[in-house]
Amino acid sequence: MNAPAPGTHITIRGLTKSFAGQPLYTGFDLDIPKGRITSIFGPNGCGKSTMINMVSGLLPMDAGEVRFDGKPLADTVIGYVFQNYRDALFPWKRAIDNIKYPLRIAGKSKGECDARADELVQSFDIRFDLNHYPYELSGGQQQLVSIMRSLALHPEVLFLDEPFSALDYEMTLFMRDKLQDVFEATRTTMILVSHDLDEAVYLADEVLMLTRRPTRIAEVVRFDAPRPRHPETLTSDAFTRAKAQCLEVFQREVRAREA
Amino acid sequence: MNGTFGGRLANALTPAVGAVGFVLLWWFVTWLKWIDPVLLPSPQASARAIWDGFIGGNLVKDLVITIRRTLLAFGIAVGVCVPLGLMLGSSVRVYRSLEFVIDFFRSTPASALFPLFLVILGVGESTKIAVAAFGAGLLILFNTAYGVMNARKTRQAAARVMGASPLRVMMGVTLLESLPQTFVGMRSGVSFALVIVIVAEMFIGSTDGLGQRVINAQMIFNMPEMYATIFGAGVLGYGLNLIFIVIERRFVHWGGK
Repeated sequence: MNAPAPGTHITIRGLTKSFAGQPLYTGFDLDIPKGRITSIFGPNGCGKSTMINMVSGLLPMDAGEVRFDGKPLADTVIGYVFQNYRDALFPWKRAIDNIKYPLRIAGKSKGECDARADELVQSFDIRFDLNHYPYELSGGQQQLVSIMRSLALHPEVLFLDEPFSALDYEMTLFMRDKLQDVFEATRTTMILVSHDLDEAVYLADEVLMLTRRPTRIAEVVRFDAPRPRHPETLTSDAFTRAKAQCLEVFQREVRAREA
Repeated sequence: MNGTFGGRLANALTPAVGAVGFVLLWWFVTWLKWIDPVLLPSPQASARAIWDGFIGGNLVKDLVITIRRTLLAFGIAVGVCVPLGLMLGSSVRVYRSLEFVIDFFRSTPASALFPLFLVILGVGESTKIAVAAFGAGLLILFNTAYGVMNARKTRQAAARVMGASPLRVMMGVTLLESLPQTFVGMRSGVSFALVIVIVAEMFIGSTDGLGQRVINAQMIFNMPEMYATIFGAGVLGYGLNLIFIVIERRFVHWGGK
């Protein structure tokens, strides 16, 4: 087994998964850096979500091993933000109790739950009433609640599966910046699956470009524009270059199998 | 237009139009003697019979007896079949293996099982309640199991990723997730239990209850009394349904949202 590169948080070794006899991953190795945002981008059906679901333990893998700073998943605190907030929040609990849920599960006292919830409300600068039920909130507010819930336990790794794809453009821009604020404040390792290349590059330190199935890493594109990034970042030379590089890899991979 | 006083009044009165129209039509038909008044007494005569039944007390007595049987049967059905449905639904394989049996007995008219239950339990209170509980229970069972099976997997996944144990996922997520469907089963279950109890009261060695009262009234040709009892059964069925809708709105406030 290859030793992980320096600064690695998550090591994936020999990841293997097939669906209905069709191999998706075979002996897939990957090192994900600590304290960075890694975006995952690739052609449709290449298994972006499948990968983070396996790494986060939501989906069993056929073979392989995943370590977080050398520890197994069971000893690691993770957070996960689902694409469909409507299906991920508990509609029978008020927004505030949704946020406290992971704390309750972890056996925290009522005082600790309240304190942590207050802290999150402060840091997210929440202006709406969290005593509402999720279905009484707008889509953006619901996803904000989801993100707060995923951060309640100070996760070591945060997984985000197309977190903003169900939101309108204005809300998406706002949420990207919120996420960036959280990242700057906590430096939590984040893994973002996105189907929007602008977003994948804009938020990332590294964009992991995947091939068609059986999935391999086509290329890792670095983007080190200074943070905080602004909408102006989207028109900077560095961004344009990184995006062009990603696009080139992407088109090469899409064409590779059609030829 | 809907904002004006007249508009609001019209909106408030709309649901009453059908009921008032129905009574007027009834009165009109009896007034013109289109139907023999012995078969169809006037609304006034029927109302008087209802009033006398309530004041005289024995309509109330039979009503209470029928309510008690229905609720007892329903209670047994819920107590047995909700936990059973949860267990069945949480394993698709177990459910698939039993689906045919459940579907078969659910489709078998429960009234056809009276003789069987009579043989087993004898003539008495327990037979009526058992048949009603059996029929209602199957409705509750498969609705609960479906509720569990069709529960959104995302919420269970969310709870799991936050570290909830399988038992906590079951009790804290799956159970609640299935509640809207369970309530559908319970609401049809309670209506069904009432149907079976009334039929059972008509036939199998009964001395009381609304069903027995309807049959008695019919045999002695006391039509106002018969209509009064039918009306009482209707109020009971409607009332049970209404109570359930209120409970449902309160407990499953997120349903359909």
